[in-house]
Amino acid sequence: MEQVIANGVYLGSQYAMIALGLTLIFALMNVLNFAHGQMYVIGGFVTYTFYGQLELPFVLALLMSCVTLAVLGALIEKFLFGPVIRRSAREESTMLLAAGIAFLLDAIILLVFGEKQRGVPKIVDGVFNWDFRIIMPYDRILICGLAIFSIVAFITFMQFSKTGRALRALAQDRVAAQLMGVNVNRYSMIGFALGAMLAGLVGGLLVTITGINLGMGGPTSIKAFMMVMIGGAGVISGAIAGGFILGMLEAVGLAVLSQYGDITYLAIFIALMVFLAIRPQGLMGKPWG
Amino acid sequence: MKRRSIFTALSAALVLAAAQGTVGLAANPVLKVGFVGVTSGPAAAWGISNQRSMETRAAWINETGGYTIGDVTYDIEIVSFDDQKDPKRAIAGMEKMAQEGIHYVVGPNVDNGAAAVRPVAEANGIMYFPYAFPKELYMAPASNAVLGMVANYQSGPAIYKYLMEEKGVKTVAFIAANESDPLSQRDSGLAAAEALGLEAVSANVTYQVDTTDFTPVLTPVIRTRPDLLVLSGVSPANAPQLIRSARELGYQGLISTETAQDAQVLREGAGDLANGFISVGGASTPEIASDMMVEFVTRYTEMFGEYNDESNTKVYALEYILATLAANPAAIEDVEEFKQTMDTFEAPNPYMKGDAMMRYVGMSSFGQRRQVAVPLVVNVFQDGEFETLFVAEVD
Repeated sequence: MEQVIANGVYLGSQYAMIALGLTLIFALMNVLNFAHGQMYVIGGFVTYTFYGQLELPFVLALLMSCVTLAVLGALIEKFLFGPVIRRSAREESTMLLAAGIAFLLDAIILLVFGEKQRGVPKIVDGVFNWDFRIIMPYDRILICGLAIFSIVAFITFMQFSKTGRALRALAQDRVAAQLMGVNVNRYSMIGFALGAMLAGLVGGLLVTITGINLGMGGPTSIKAFMMVMIGGAGVISGAIAGGFILGMLEAVGLAVLSQYGDITYLAIFIALMVFLAIRPQGLMGKPWG
Repeated sequence: MKRRSIFTALSAALVLAAAQGTVGLAANPVLKVGFVGVTSGPAAAWGISNQRSMETRAAWINETGGYTIGDVTYDIEIVSFDDQKDPKRAIAGMEKMAQEGIHYVVGPNVDNGAAAVRPVAEANGIMYFPYAFPKELYMAPASNAVLGMVANYQSGPAIYKYLMEEKGVKTVAFIAANESDPLSQRDSGLAAAEALGLEAVSANVTYQVDTTDFTPVLTPVIRTRPDLLVLSGVSPANAPQLIRSARELGYQGLISTETAQDAQVLREGAGDLANGFISVGGASTPEIASDMMVEFVTRYTEMFGEYNDESNTKVYALEYILATLAANPAAIEDVEEFKQTMDTFEAPNPYMKGDAMMRYVGMSSFGQRRQVAVPLVVNVFQDGEFETLFVAEVD
């Protein structure tokens, strides 16, 4: 049981980080960013390039992932989502645009980084072994700690900085925020860049554990959407809760149901459908939007 | 007058250049060979190594004057279609090949894709070379599919027997992705292991194909403490992560698979933790690779930036198609001629040292010659490179 809990906490921390960026973008712009998984993959590949290939320090490589994705996110918002949102009131326009961007990024990733699975040297060697009750490699413990630290830092930033307050105002009521003097266009771009940066950060962190490959984008997006649905779309605390709940469900399911084959996600999907039928707005979302 | 002369001269030059260009393009007639397989998504490495192997070899042939079949020398053109590992797309791809008049196709890469394209291939007179293992594709009454590699039910028993005799393996655990290829490979591997007298201590743990963290998945398997952990049908993307998780969970036994892997991917993803990992390859290691194989690797690397070790097996399909057509030029338009030639075809294997031959095999497994005879090379990963453990043949 101890091992299951440890696995759940570890999975939950990485899932929560993946969901954070997605829910931030949704909260700010009402955009379902289907390309979030691809942004995560690019973040992993950037860290792979700087840390694994060029052998620069891991922290620097991680920083490069964050900067690259922040710039990419800002550009995507400024030149793609921003104009589409201004010109089209239909929500499906941004959904189609997001899907198109996901396909485009997939193609670019294939061209630039190739089709192979990539991995980087371990950042910490050794395995924590508590009498075979909990076995956890030190690098996972470190990444779990860094993920939790990043989540706390993000919440602090959103809560106490001027930019964070502006972003929250924007998420709560776009028109009211504009009337209060918030530069909507500027903060939309900053918010999107921040969401993309979070995807890059988690990609950079996890490449040290899971490696990275071209095909990880789509499944990552699907899991991120599941977490957001559990926690409530557009709610930061909901995304964190959704991430930890999904991580724990996965860890428990794999431990308890493994003898019956790969039915963990089948059970999770059924539970999610029942849950959404009862509470469609998720745990912390509001039924009115 | 002067202006008119210049204009005339320019026109003449243009006409001549165009004529030269036409002559240059039409120097050799083109023989199209198709590829239908997965070149995107998590399994992209399987199909891309196929496609790039074919493109490398075709470019090499074209650069050196073409490939002579009968009295005609052809340039080779590869027509590719990404089926995205989707059987519906695979059918569309095979229909595209039929529309282009192509009779020889490499792929698809997976079981359900290979099964799905069978009616299209048979109706349109297409021979296809899948990398899929269901026996009914290659057994009568089917006759248009030719297995492009060694199947796991052929390599598995050889590996298990070797490990039982040389390493004293007594117990085995299987883990597979929850999709058709790995599951069928797990089932046939389990049957082969039990037939040899191995005790299977775990065989029903599976994982989702998009799993990225295997520690929770492997935990119950490792607790059974098998002597041998078999990663059934594992993709190159998942192999290093599974190995790494197993070792980090304290597993010290042997790990093997019956699929081809890539040394660089293992090196990057698992490092020294992958030492001792056993997999199946083609004419890969320096002990058996011929000069032509070495040149193929060099050309592939120059063309695409880096080599993929899976191409050690995938280099063969196009070579077999062309060599068989050279043996019977009438087969270019008539696959029935091709089928007849397969029974007696033999040619030197250009990618292996020594007197190895290319020929069609499969009599034991399928009752007819519907498999290319690629060498069954069992490799062990050691310090970043593959070393040959043993070489065997399929009959």
